[in-house]
Amino acid sequence: MSTGSIRIEGLSHSYGATAVLKDIKLDVSPGEFVAIVGPSGSGKSTLLSLLSGYLKPTSGVLERTGTTRTVHQADGLYPWLTVEGNLALGLPKLDAAARRRAVADMVGRIGLTGFEKAYPHSLSGGMRQRVEIGRALCGDTDVLMLDEPFSALDYLTRLKMRSELCRLLEDQPRTVILVTHDIEEATQLADRVLVLSERPASIVYELRIDVPRPRDVTASGVVDATKAVLKAMGYEP
Amino acid sequence: MDICRALSLCSTCIYERRSKANRLEKHFSVLHFFALDTKNIRNSINSWLYPLLTFGTLILLWWLASARGYLSEQFFPTPAAFVTGLREEVASGSLLRDTLASLSRVTAGYAISVVVGVPLGMVLGTVLGARLALLPLMNFLRSLSPLAWIPFAIFWIGIGHGAVIFLIVIAALPTIALSTMAAVAGIPKVYFRVAQDYDLTGIHRLTRVIFPAILPQLVTTLRVAMGLCWLVMVAGEMLAGNTGLGYLIHDANNGLRLDLILVGMVAIGLLGMLCDRLLMFLTRLPGIRWGYDR
Repeated sequence: MSTGSIRIEGLSHSYGATAVLKDIKLDVSPGEFVAIVGPSGSGKSTLLSLLSGYLKPTSGVLERTGTTRTVHQADGLYPWLTVEGNLALGLPKLDAAARRRAVADMVGRIGLTGFEKAYPHSLSGGMRQRVEIGRALCGDTDVLMLDEPFSALDYLTRLKMRSELCRLLEDQPRTVILVTHDIEEATQLADRVLVLSERPASIVYELRIDVPRPRDVTASGVVDATKAVLKAMGYEP
Repeated sequence: MDICRALSLCSTCIYERRSKANRLEKHFSVLHFFALDTKNIRNSINSWLYPLLTFGTLILLWWLASARGYLSEQFFPTPAAFVTGLREEVASGSLLRDTLASLSRVTAGYAISVVVGVPLGMVLGTVLGARLALLPLMNFLRSLSPLAWIPFAIFWIGIGHGAVIFLIVIAALPTIALSTMAAVAGIPKVYFRVAQDYDLTGIHRLTRVIFPAILPQLVTTLRVAMGLCWLVMVAGEMLAGNTGLGYLIHDANNGLRLDLILVGMVAIGLLGMLCDRLLMFLTRLPGIRWGYDR
């Protein structure tokens, strides 16, 4: 089980005079899958940057335990490294032989056998994101941050990637923070969905979804949750 | 920067075509093996044939213009005079001697500029203090024609090897450093975030993130800088040299030997082309090709 946990209290952040986040309170327990949704420009990415330590909050408490890795929207792979080379980045502590075995194992699990020596630019968008998720899951990271990881993909590929992510997380449980503008993605995947308001953003709605994973996108629990979130955001009556 | 873009575009076109052929080849590997093999051979023949046609046409026009008297021998040597001059230079061994002299100067000046310029550019791109302190100086040097240094070069080092190498370095180093700096500044931020996640810090950040990230652009820079070295070498040898192809032209000019001037020009042009071809091979390396294939 993953050991990464996060505690945020009274966290605010601003860029100069522009307040982006205001008084955020959030507790994420080890192994939990939390999705953060909100209108574009609401500060989702800023929140993720704070959580992963790229930014320091203007004020408030932010406590993290465990190591963190982020899966980016697109182009997070190093283009000068092959699939193997990128995956190996995730395993800096192993010796060469153990690393080779672990990389081969991960290549199999993300379904890219035969593409070990391929460079990212020759892969499709979905394949690239699979490598990036695989790289983040290699080794012993505690917290997985997903920054709109599937938003550059087409709908059907996105559905496929969601179920693959569930499968990978089943094998290697992690604490997951998913930032997305895709409400359906959030409700299909997460244990808990948080809704951010317009800027300066705070958490205005929180929904726990107790449906076991993997969930179908059309499962009643997912549809109900999507409806509830859309309603909270003012998009449905 | 326009030259950089043009050069990289040019490489992109060539490699797009090649990678398309490779993909096709994989796809039909058994069935169409022979057909595609001939296609590849045809491509490589064309890459020689077309330039040969261009040069052949120019030589033919030159020959015709001289033979018909449109081109006076007083203003431009005839092909026959050129061949005689070339034979003379080859037989006396002076063409080889001058070529080696020029080549060794360009090589030395270029090597110094690359070895110093690339790391300097990386430092300028990553350390704000260094950028603030050195960027104006670099821009000053870059705006100043390297030829303006000729009097000092002769005064300090004396006519010969050293002065020409000095001029080449003065021209190429700021260009390489500034282009490298610009390449570092253009690295997507996400690469640094990834580096932080995967513990690529300190020297590893420089060698395993920044350096590979700028390599494709660096190759373009190296090609532009190589061209610059040849330009400066000629001018340098004319004024501060006593051997070399630039000096050959200068000397032939004093003796009004138009044929020898042309021999020197052709030698310089061919060598410059050859050097660029060699550098272009770098774009095929797997760790660099991504920058041209995207």
